[in-house]
Amino acid sequence: MLEAIDLGYRFGSSGPWLFQGMNIRIGPGEVVGLFGPSGLGKTTFGHLLGGYLAPAQGRVLLGGAALPVRGYCPVQCVHQHPELSVNPRWRLGRTLREAYDPPEALLDSLGIAAAWLSRYPHELSGGELQRIAVARALGPGTRYLVADEMTAMLDAITQAHIWRAVMDHCRENGVGALVISHDEALLARLCSRVIACGGVTGGMSAAVDLAGMESGEGFAGDRAQAAGSAA
Amino acid sequence: MLRVNDLTISFTRYGRGVSRDALKPVCGLNLDVKPGELLAVIGSSGSGKSLLAHAILGILPGNCRVEGGLLFRGEPLTPRRQKALRGRSIALIPQSVGFLNPLVRLGGQVRRAAALSGMAGGQARHAADAAFSRYGLAPAVSRYFPHQVSGGMARRVLSATATVGDADLIIADEPTTGLHREASRESLGFLRALADAGKSVLVITHDLKAVLPWADRVAVFHGGTTVELTAAANFSNDLSGLRHPYSRAMWMALPENEFAAEHASTQGGEQGCPFSYLCGCSDAACAAAPPAPVLFEDGFVRCHHA
Ligand code: SF4
Repeated sequence: MLEAIDLGYRFGSSGPWLFQGMNIRIGPGEVVGLFGPSGLGKTTFGHLLGGYLAPAQGRVLLGGAALPVRGYCPVQCVHQHPELSVNPRWRLGRTLREAYDPPEALLDSLGIAAAWLSRYPHELSGGELQRIAVARALGPGTRYLVADEMTAMLDAITQAHIWRAVMDHCRENGVGALVISHDEALLARLCSRVIACGGVTGGMSAAVDLAGMESGEGFAGDRAQAAGSAA
Repeated sequence: MLRVNDLTISFTRYGRGVSRDALKPVCGLNLDVKPGELLAVIGSSGSGKSLLAHAILGILPGNCRVEGGLLFRGEPLTPRRQKALRGRSIALIPQSVGFLNPLVRLGGQVRRAAALSGMAGGQARHAADAAFSRYGLAPAVSRYFPHQVSGGMARRVLSATATVGDADLIIADEPTTGLHREASRESLGFLRALADAGKSVLVITHDLKAVLPWADRVAVFHGGTTVELTAAANFSNDLSGLRHPYSRAMWMALPENEFAAEHASTQGGEQGCPFSYLCGCSDAACAAAPPAPVLFEDGFVRCHHA
């Protein structure tokens, strides 16, 4: 279980609160959506869950304990801009294998071609780079994935392809996910539960569960159907 | 207004030692934009479609080679003509707000664009003020520097800059990227208004869903070329209007439709149809040669089996 308890964040010790009193619980293998307009601190919230930032208030617990301070973080974040998260001077094979050696099957399901690994980041398209960033984040030590507008820059086909591979991985390995997106239809596809942040005045503390958006079934259903017709 | 015939952009990459290989991010691309029309070019980000904008404006880097025809108002766009028309008759709304000069106040940037389009001092100031109010920017904003405004506002300033000189062709590169829903709608609404005023508007984007309600026609970009040019209305659940398998796949992949994704083999057909690696209808003819465009009244399709 990944838990945010009464989480709050602000810049410095006297800046205005970006949000306060955020609570969220994500079970193993559960996929939860976070929806809302930009500027409400959704990205910062993701960073707190991933241990990139320390909360100004509240706690993040993984299996009841604080996130490890050193070593591989079991909560991994993937952002909108993969070019910012890779070393521009390294061939991508080195970046990909920095933390672990991803299995062939994962690279294959993400559509990563062997030839890309000998190239530099500027020689790949955004979609190709993002596939590598995703593979890198799904190491055996990853228990939760925070996907912050992970496919917002990609065309619909690439988006569907990456998400199908990620959802398969999560289901097979009991990995939970927080999907941050402004695309309601995408969240409805992926998530069993969606948390909506209020408008400008509501802020993140007014987050409520949108029961009407439950559709995890639909996704699993299509998938089973697709597998059936392929057999 | 603008016609692009068989545009190919290649650039030479210097590898280790003397090895040189030519990359062709754009190969045999066709499209046309009419006055009063908003044409959307849809494709993956980083797939080379921004190069199309840069080729039209004549601002590609020096190691690029451009082949094929670019016609503006029926006449070839030579480098000389591009230089004369750039910022006057043809304007670009760039993708990144990084195109704003960080050291110049926003009002000054719009006035400078007006002056570059050939207006004299007083006239330029007038036009800049008008462009500011057209995009709902308060006069006070003209005193701000780029870092002092939000992303949405910076984008409005870029739009004001591009339209201050009364250009006939406006090219917008990824006008919705990084914007939330309202701001993205606003950005496209402004472009639609320009088309409705008789301008030609070319929108280059990866976001089919956002642009569809505003576009007249859509050019689908894949594998360096436009595989289909068709009426925006053909993107609907009745797929019969879409002639290319890639266009249909793109529609079906939207999360509100099927969220469908074939398992892509990454081995592309080097000589044949760029979509053959994914296409369910592919056969020997597809692997042998790239399909030539077949014309229809609202556009064209490149597929051996359309
Ligand atoms: S030419 Fe062949 S491979 Fe290409 S889209 Fe048409 S049917 Fe598919």
